[in-house]
Amino acid sequence: MSASEFGQQFVNALGLGSIYALVAIGLAMVFGILRLINFAHGEVLMLGAFAAYYFAAAGLPFLVVVLLAVLTTVAIGLLMERVAYRGIRGAPDVALLLTSLAVSIALQNGALLAFDAQPKPFPTPAAIQEQLTVGGIQISVTNLVTVGVALLLMALLTLFVTRTRLGTAMRATAENAMAAQLMGINLSTVIVAAFAIGSALAAVAGILWGARVGRIEPLMGFIPVLKAFVATVIGGFGSIPGAVVGAYLLGFGEIYLVALLPGELSGYRDAFVFAALIVILLFRPQGILGSSEPEKI
Amino acid sequence: MNGRKDAGQTQGPLRDGGPGSPAPPLLAVEEIRVYYGAIQAVRGVSLDVRERELVALLGSNGAGKTTTLRTISGLFRPRSGKITYDGADLTKLAPHRIVAAGISQSPEGRQIFGSLTVRENLLLGATPRKDRKGLGGDLERVFDLFPVLKERLAQAGGTLSGGEQQMLAMGRALMARPRLLLLDEPSLGLAPLMVRRIFEVVSRLKAEGVTILLVEQNARKALEVADRAYVLETGTVVLSGTGLELAANPEVERAYLGA
Ligand SMILES: Nc1ncnc2c1ncn2[C@@H]1O[C@H](COP(=O)(O)OP(=O)(O)OP(=O)(O)O)[C@@H](O)[C@H]1O
Ligand SMILES: [Mg+2]
Repeated sequence: MSASEFGQQFVNALGLGSIYALVAIGLAMVFGILRLINFAHGEVLMLGAFAAYYFAAAGLPFLVVVLLAVLTTVAIGLLMERVAYRGIRGAPDVALLLTSLAVSIALQNGALLAFDAQPKPFPTPAAIQEQLTVGGIQISVTNLVTVGVALLLMALLTLFVTRTRLGTAMRATAENAMAAQLMGINLSTVIVAAFAIGSALAAVAGILWGARVGRIEPLMGFIPVLKAFVATVIGGFGSIPGAVVGAYLLGFGEIYLVALLPGELSGYRDAFVFAALIVILLFRPQGILGSSEPEKI
Repeated sequence: MNGRKDAGQTQGPLRDGGPGSPAPPLLAVEEIRVYYGAIQAVRGVSLDVRERELVALLGSNGAGKTTTLRTISGLFRPRSGKITYDGADLTKLAPHRIVAAGISQSPEGRQIFGSLTVRENLLLGATPRKDRKGLGGDLERVFDLFPVLKERLAQAGGTLSGGEQQMLAMGRALMARPRLLLLDEPSLGLAPLMVRRIFEVVSRLKAEGVTILLVEQNARKALEVADRAYVLETGTVVLSGTGLELAANPEVERAYLGA
């Protein structure tokens, strides 16, 4: 790999890792508070991308499109919490997992009916599609925007969880939900906040994914959510910083693996990712960054 | 099994004892039954706590003390029975509403938020409070009771010693400005000096007018400070009376005071 190719892939990997991170944060947040692995989070991402598609088709300016798509997606995420998850709070982990798979499949099929299986070209603004050349390295503006947006949102999120009362209540609940309730924290408020934040980040991730890939389709949420799941496992499930680190590790691993593998093997990149997951889980079931504290009861 | 149940504890208008106490109790737990799945952990417990009283709840391991306190806090729902507080039915309220109503708890095992600072832990205790301006004064009151917490404010809760964590758990519960304070084994696992400090604070809180329901395995100490006490065995109240009465009771002496 030449130096310029390496540099190009570096930015590419940062971009991919950033999207995984935005998705993984939502997964980790909801898991931390509810012990729920929300596979339907991928469909939230997909719906965010489609919302943007339709708002853009209405001829609105792109920033307005993003804002409306985020708001729509948050509403969908909250509806999902209310309808599918509130009634089974505290149920066994397996029941939670199966419910989230069911919600995921239902949303996929609903989207196939509503939007058609045919991929749609994503209306990325032309300014973001350009390529810059810096010191002989070609850099896509999409990747730069992706990284910038992700870092900005993560910085805001950090401020929120460390500086606000609701954010502190969320951290407390993730650490010990029973004690949090004894403090007078309303569990529902915290859960709703986690779904709202996670859905907003997923909507942004869906839009960035659309810009990256160039098209969107109803099953597009599956791969990002699986990758985000792997990232959270690497990071120790439920830890938000862990999930972010895991996401970037995964982004880099994936991009360089593809760059280094002979062409005929690069189609198996996802197989390599999941093989890596199995190896990690075999040797460090608590994740690479997770502490080995026993399972919460 | 309930043959020894104090006659004064049966239902009816005489429940609150004889003359001189016409006021209804602040907390009345009536015949609650609580299950973990198919296992019945609390089998029809009734108890009262009157305003400004310090009531101890004693009993050996697994008697159902913690389950009773958690049910009062709304973490578990009784399958039958009723809990009233200040005349209102609490039985179906969510835990955060029960805290807002004036009942806070320092739970068994302290349950400090280890990754949060001492300050954050304390302020979380004030979650239901509307009067945010009063918080500074309340922090000072907690530091007055537990001066060491002031030095630890910026430290993560998980780095405190066991005794300091217990103080934090109690301080945090006080930040809600409770009318009724539930303490679950505040002296468990602490060195004798620390146990004494904790009991001093309990007495001081009582003197300041806080109503307290205290769960303890240290029956001797608990009976010294308590106005009244209940003894729980396998999920039922088997004895009750004033602290002095129970301390003099040969059965209590044998089973809990280790004579
Ligand atoms: N989560 C649970 N699941 C099933 N059974 C439980 C659970 N928690 C407690 N129990 C059982 O319920 C009964 C009462 O337990 P509880 O913790 O209320 O007792 P306790 O009086 O507080 O005991 P200790 O002095 O050990 O704290 C015990 O038999 C216990 O084994
Ligand atoms: Mg107990």
